[in-house]
Parts: sequence; structure tokens; C-alpha cells
Amino acid sequence: MSENSTNFIKIPDREPPINSIGWLAWIRHNLFGSTTNTIITVLFFYFFYLYIPPFVDWAILNANISGSDRSVCDANKAGACWTFIKVRLDQLLFGLYFATNPEEIWRPIFVFALFGMLVVPLVIDSTPHKKWLLMILLTIYPVIFIAVVYGGVFGIPVSDTGQWGGLLLTFALAFVGIVLALPLGILLALGRRSEMPIVRALSITYIEFWRGTPLITILFMASVMLPLFFPSGVEFDKVVRAMIGITLFQSAYTAEAVRGGLQAIDKGQNEASMALGMGYWRRTMLIVLPQALKISIPSIVNTFIALFKDTSLVSIIGLLDLLKMSQNASRSLDWNGYDIEGYLFAGFVFWIFCFGMSSYSQKLEQKLDTDRRSE
Amino acid sequence: MTSTTAPKNSIDTDNAPIITIDKLNKWYGKFHVLKDIDLSVNKTEKIVICGPSGSGKSTLIRCINRLEVHQEGSIIVDGTELTDDVKHINEIRSDVGMVFQHFNLFPHLTVLENCTLAPIWVRKKSKIEADEIGMELLTKVRIPDQAHKYPGQLSGGQQQRVAIARALCMQPRVMLFDEPTSALDPEMIKEVLETMIELAESGMTMLVVTHEMGFANKVADRVIFMDEGQIVEQNDPGNFFNNPKSDRTKLFLSQILEH
Amino acid sequence: MKKTSIPLHRNPKLRSLAVQVSLLFLVFYALFSLYSTTVSNLEDRGIKTSIGFFDEIAPFKVGYSPFLDFKLGETTYIEVFFIGVMNTLLVAILGIIAATFLGFFIGILRTSNNWIASKFALVFVETFRNMPLLLQIMFWNFAIFLAFLPPPKKSIEMGLFYLNSRGLHTPLPVIEDNILSFIWFGIIIATIIGAFIFAKRAKNNFERTGKSVPVFYYSLIAIFGIGFLSFFALGKPLGVEIPVLGKFNFKGGGQLPLPLFSLWFALTVYTSAFIAENVRAGISSISKGQIEAARSIGLSRAQMVRMVILPQALRVVIPPTISQYLNLTKNSSLAIAVGFEEVVAVWANISLNQTGQALIIIAMTIIFYECCSLLTSFILNMYNKRVQIAGR
Repeated sequence: MSENSTNFIKIPDREPPINSIGWLAWIRHNLFGSTTNTIITVLFFYFFYLYIPPFVDWAILNANISGSDRSVCDANKAGACWTFIKVRLDQLLFGLYFATNPEEIWRPIFVFALFGMLVVPLVIDSTPHKKWLLMILLTIYPVIFIAVVYGGVFGIPVSDTGQWGGLLLTFALAFVGIVLALPLGILLALGRRSEMPIVRALSITYIEFWRGTPLITILFMASVMLPLFFPSGVEFDKVVRAMIGITLFQSAYTAEAVRGGLQAIDKGQNEASMALGMGYWRRTMLIVLPQALKISIPSIVNTFIALFKDTSLVSIIGLLDLLKMSQNASRSLDWNGYDIEGYLFAGFVFWIFCFGMSSYSQKLEQKLDTDRRSE
Repeated sequence: MTSTTAPKNSIDTDNAPIITIDKLNKWYGKFHVLKDIDLSVNKTEKIVICGPSGSGKSTLIRCINRLEVHQEGSIIVDGTELTDDVKHINEIRSDVGMVFQHFNLFPHLTVLENCTLAPIWVRKKSKIEADEIGMELLTKVRIPDQAHKYPGQLSGGQQQRVAIARALCMQPRVMLFDEPTSALDPEMIKEVLETMIELAESGMTMLVVTHEMGFANKVADRVIFMDEGQIVEQNDPGNFFNNPKSDRTKLFLSQILEH
Repeated sequence: MKKTSIPLHRNPKLRSLAVQVSLLFLVFYALFSLYSTTVSNLEDRGIKTSIGFFDEIAPFKVGYSPFLDFKLGETTYIEVFFIGVMNTLLVAILGIIAATFLGFFIGILRTSNNWIASKFALVFVETFRNMPLLLQIMFWNFAIFLAFLPPPKKSIEMGLFYLNSRGLHTPLPVIEDNILSFIWFGIIIATIIGAFIFAKRAKNNFERTGKSVPVFYYSLIAIFGIGFLSFFALGKPLGVEIPVLGKFNFKGGGQLPLPLFSLWFALTVYTSAFIAENVRAGISSISKGQIEAARSIGLSRAQMVRMVILPQALRVVIPPTISQYLNLTKNSSLAIAVGFEEVVAVWANISLNQTGQALIIIAMTIIFYECCSLLTSFILNMYNKRVQIAGR
């Protein structure tokens, strides 16, 4: 190689031409990129102009929130009547029993708060011992829930399940559904992948049976037929009947979510543990299931979102969940005519929970994806 | 190459450059990727572009068929300047063939259908004629027996040769290669390079981004070294490898020839 | 020489067989005891489980039965079941068609490079899929349509369609002359077959010479032209019944009573949010490289969408969308909340309460939905098999 080398002279970086960066360029590129693009943008702006300002006026600027009866709302029909929600909030959230017994209202507040304290750290990435936290949530928490909300122990008066309602009932139904359906679903998923043909066939039949039937039919079945299934004298609470129906229904969906996880586990894991001389149950409990469950958490969360929305169907068999509670409230003599507010409030509460869970499951899915890729 | 695949206007003999790039500047957001690039490529010339990753070499050749949009300067391909005009862009794209690092074959079409798609719909050839050209080119890249398989059933090297055949089916006047061998196993690299060498011998104008210095030495008329978005040095392969002028080039060559 | 024999309880084959047989026995025993307890419980209440009630006259009124004439005092229970099934299928088909169009539209908006369109689609999807469907049905029906749609006299006019607080009223074709209508249908079908033959020949011709003919437009012109000409030549064998404002409401034409309209509307919006998400996933599953390759060989935008993007995206979009169709069908059972008379409302609820035949009625309802579910799985399997053959 020769000696007469020149030094590399770097041309200094320049700022890009002014029309290619900044918010102006962004607007030009994302809103007015082409003729069609411009037309779409203009149409949307016109549409928003037509509908958004009146809605904001109604829902916020002109809305009523003061007072404690309908006279305020009736005087100002141009705005939404949030007074109604404010006055009925206890009922909507905790149901009739706790709303009419103010000295007991600490009970639902306590279980909701405890739930929040358990769930928030679970969602945060850096929390240690997540597994144990989850175990507490799925085993000890339900016991505390029953003890505090149902009562009958530690001198806590028994609450009438017939008067359970609102968000508390919605939450209780959905939570019971997921907690009881999880072990059942895991067993079914293992059964569906079993090497024993009869076990496999039975699992498939069970899963597909419940998945093929609408929940409302199952709830009818639970409320009409469940008492018929047992010798006379065995009585079931209405809420318990709904819980049984929901659990059976949910177990089929959980099974499919877990099966997805099982399918994703490398065959080698099973073979390696077999080579170590492990039997089926040890292999499954120690090696395969822990990995499969981790992968299937996002799908399980998704089935839980669907279940959470579907609990509203119990209103058709006469339970007073959040939806039925707000409907009843807006049809009561005191507040007749304020349907929209009632539905919007219930819808908003459902939306917060479902949107939160679905964002979480999407985040988790992405994380699992990158984890697997980097492995 | 045979008459069907020879450049369209092979009669004209004027030696005007087929690609002229003048004072090209490009930014990704605020990041200045290409700086004052001047380059002209003559007909039948073979140019190898090398440089460290992030030096802008891929961006440069992607600008030539406007997969990337530049902000300053001009690119003239075969007498047509690249602007936002969709008609010009499509004309240029059908005259400029491109081969990608990851093949980018259409997985839902057979190997032959991959090759005949553009001739049928862009060149408006009959299916029979397009099939003939397709088979001829698949024979050229030595995989005629795979014509009715799907890309997913082929090895990486075979897929890349299909990708070359697909580009050639449009009878392009220039071929661009964007790191065509860097996603391949060593023995497959060889088969793809052999195909490219044959193509070069047939007189095709080629711009190749690659780190295969053996290929550059054997085929290139000119080797261009890029770093920090600018052309650091260009020379014929003999001088480039044995007598590099810039210290930056020396450093790069010492690193790449070490192993 | 003696072979070491394995103790019976350690032979894996025998063990698995024993487990399975006892499990099967257990399941059948449980089902059988459930069945016999139920039957005896029903008998205690004075209900003998049998299908004898099928031919009894249903003592209640079914208001909406466009396919079977309902006459109070004449229609039997089994006919009520079929009315329910047909009403379910009607709203399912209407919902599937509308949700597909809306879902694809929103899904394409979602992937649009117009920022505002894409964000609008995002808000649409996240709003409607994260609220209970039942709530949405009731919201649209009770809080919006019933409260704000005008009375029949002030109906909203959309061409020959009228929307008011009683529902949607549409024009409906009616057959005026059976034989001539039949001939006219024959002519139309013959023209369509002709168009297919023409398309096939045009394709062959295209493959030979590369000359393409606008087959689609020619066929469209031919079908409409011949259809119109023969329609008048035959002396208008088909008439259109247009809804006419009567004393209280519109009469004649097609009727979608408000509960059906609300249900249809809510099912469409809810399901389209899920379909839109499928469409988005399908389109974004196509790698950037595919689009670059399509552009680099000179395909125009329309050609790229038709030849490269759509065929690949649809493979991802279609299977989950078919599952959504099944969900929509199952979800139509929520009609009970607004009083539309589909199979759950009219059969599993009213008929059950009237007759007490819980076992048979619930079983028939479930079997109906299981049939829909099986049909869906069958279609899905067929589709997957076909796609598998075509590579990948």
C-alpha cells in the first residue's frame, strides 16, 4: 500500500430543507399528502365540526351536576344530567344493600381497594415476586372477598345476595368466573392435548359445546334448569346459579387460551424432561405448564375482557348488575327520561376496565414477543 | 444475454451516462444520510459500492428507483428526472431492476408467476409470451425445474436467483443489487455470485452494494467507498484495493480483508 | 425360560385404558342421572317430557314473521320455533353483510396514511369493542332511536326508504305474474352464465395475446341491458311494493320494526369494530419488503393492491372474520332485551315459560346454535385447506 494517503474530511451535517421537517411538513405529509388525502381530511374536519362542539356543550359545558333532585336538570335541558349519576352513585357502584346500609359501605370499598393494591403492582414491570402476588389474588383474595362482602364471620352481618348489584356484582361475577374457570380450563386444555383418545374426545366435546352456545342460553339454562338437575330440596341462590353458568362457559374459553400456550411450547421441553425420567404430571406441572401459562396470559386476559362485558347479560335473568342498575335508575320515577346519561355512565365504566385490560394485554404480548425473539 | 433480454434500445451507441446523480442530499427526519453525492453511471458499467453499515450506500441505490425520496439535488435515469410524477416513477421502475437483501418474493405466487406478474400487467405481454421469457430466465439462473413451486419451498440461494430472474423479466436497462448475499449461507453466496457474474458478462449495467470484495475485484469497473453519507473514494478495483488514497478507506479495507 | 411379566397396574397401556373407560363411565353416569332427575323433577311439577306439545297451538302472539304467516290461534309451537330460527338467520345475514362492509371500511381507514382518518378509525374500534354489546343494543334502541326518531308522519325519507320510531320501511319486490317472472329470472340467469363464458374466453384470449377486454363492465352492461329490455318486453312481471303512509304507520313493502333495526345497527357497529381490527392486522402483516418489491417491478398502486397486498392480507383476515360471523349470530340472541322475536326470545323464553318443557326446548335451542357453529368450523377448515394447497 502506498504512503501518500489523504485524510478523510467529513462534510458537516446540515439542517434539512425547512419544508421537509417540523409540524408544517408533518401536516403536509399526514393530512394533505395527495388530492384524495386532502379531501378525506376536509370531510373529517367538517364531520367533527358538525358533531363534536354540540356534544361537548351537552356533556360538559352545559351539564348539570349540582343539586340532589331532578329539578336542576329539568330546568336546563340543554345539558347532560350528571346530578342523577352523582345522587345514585352508591347504588350504581355497590348495589342496593350497601347503598341502603351506609354503615356497611366500607365493605365493598375495602375489597375494591384491596383488589387495586394487588393488581397495580402486577401491572408494573419492576415488581418482584409477581408469581406470589398473583397466587394471593387468585386464592386468598376471593376468600377475603366472600368474608367481607357476604359476611357472616368476624361479626360482619350477612348481606342479602338478592340485593347485591351494580359494579360490585359485575366484578364478583367476572372474578368468580375467571378464578374458577382457570383450573377447569387448564385441565380441559391438557385433556384436549392428551394422548388418550377418549379423554381427548370428551374434552373437545365439552369445549366446543360451550363455545357453540350463546351465553344467554346458558344463563337461561342455569336459572331454569339448574334447580331441575338436582333432587328437590337442593336450593341455589340466583347469583350462585349465574356464577355456575358463567364458570362452565368461561372454562371452555380459558381452555382454548391455555391450549394456545401449550401449542407454543417447544416439543423439546417435553422430551428433555422425559429424558430426566419425569412422569406425566411432574413434567406437566414443573416444566410445560409454567411456560405455557406465561405465554397464554395475554389470551386469558382477552377472554376475561369478553367475560367482563358479557356479565351484563345477567340483567336479562333478573340480576341487578351495573347495566341493569343504571337502566333501572333512569327509569325510576325520580329520574325518568335520563336514559342517555345512565347508559353513558355504565358504558364509560365498562370501557375504562376493558380498555385498560386490553392495553395491558397488548403490551404484554409485545413484551413476550421480544423476549422470545431475543432468546 | 439473448435478444429477448438485451437492453431495449441497444442500437443507440452514444455514450451518455444512463444514471446521473447531482448534488444529492437526503435526510431521515433531522439525520443527514446522504451528503452532496455526485455520481454518473455509464451504459454497461459495473459499479460496486461498499462501506460500513449506516454509511448510506443502500439509501443511495434505493433513491435511484425512488423507494426513498430525496430532498435536494437531482437524479436523472435514462434521460428522465425523478420527481413526484407517478408516471415517470413507474416508467423508471420498470426500466430499473432491483434485487433485495431479503429476496422479497411474493409468497402467494409460484416461482414462475413471480417472474411473469410484471411483464403481463406492466408490459402488457400475453401470458404465453411472458411464460416463455420467465422460463428462459429461470433456465439462465439454473432453476427451471422449480418453476411451479412456491418461494417458501426453495432454499435462500434459489430464492435470490428467482428474485434476479424476476427483475430480469422486465428487461431492465440497469440492475440494482442491495446486499444480495448478506442474508445467505456461504455455499449459497457462491451460487448467487456466479449468477451475477454471468449477468455482468452479458453487458448489463449494474450497481451492487456488497461486501464481497472478490466479486468487486473480478467484475467491477469502479469501486466506490462510502462513509458518513458521502463518497469517500472511487477508483478501479486494482487501484482501489492496492493503492487506496484515503486513510478511511485503508482502515475499512484492513478490517474487511482481515478475516 | 420365563419372561418377567409386568404387574398389571404398571402396564401403561392397561392403565390408560382403565382410566379412560372409567372416565367415560363416570361421564355417562353423570349425564344419565342429571337427565333422570330432571325428568322426574319436571314430572313432579306436572310436566311430562315429550314432543307432544309441538303440535299444540301457541297461545301468544309473534309480531314479526316475514317468512311464515303467523295467525294467533292457528300457529303451533313448532312453527313458532321455525319463525324464531328464521328471524335469527335474517338478522344474522343482514348483520354479516353490513358489518363486513363497515368493518373493511374502518379497517382500511385505520391503515390509511391520512393521520386523522387512521386515528378516527382507532377511536371507533376502541370505543365499540370495549363496551358490552347488550349495553349498546339498549342504548341505541331506548336512549337514541326510540327517543329521537320522528313519528311515522314525519319519517326520515331516504329515497324509497323511510325511517321512523316504528322502524325502517323499505321497498320490496313482489311477483305479479308467476310464469312471466319465472321466464324473466331464467333470462337473467342465462345472461349471467353467458357473461361467465365470455369472461372465460376473454381470459384465454388474454393469456394468448395479452390483449385485455374490460370484461366486468361489458358483462354489467349486458346483464342490466338485457334485464331491463326483457323486463318491459314481458310486461313488468315483477312489481315493487313501496311502503305507503297509513293512518298510524307505513303499510306494505319490507318492514324492519325498530327492535330489529336497533339490533341490526348495534350488531353491525360492534362486530365491525372486530372485523376492522382483523383487516388492520391483515394489511399490516404484509412486510414492507413486499410493497417495495411490487413497486420496484413497476406495478401501479392499484395493481399492487390487487395482485400483492389483497391476496396475502385476505388469508390473514378471512379466518378470524368468519369466526366473527358466528359470534354475530350468537350475539343476535341479545335481541330479547329489546323484544325482537328471534329463537331465544320466542322459543327458549316465551315457549319455555308457557309449556315448561325445559329439557326439549333448551336442547333444541342449543342444537340450533351448535349447527351454526359446526357449519362455521366446516367452512373454516375448507378455507384453510384450500389456502394450504396454494403454497406457504
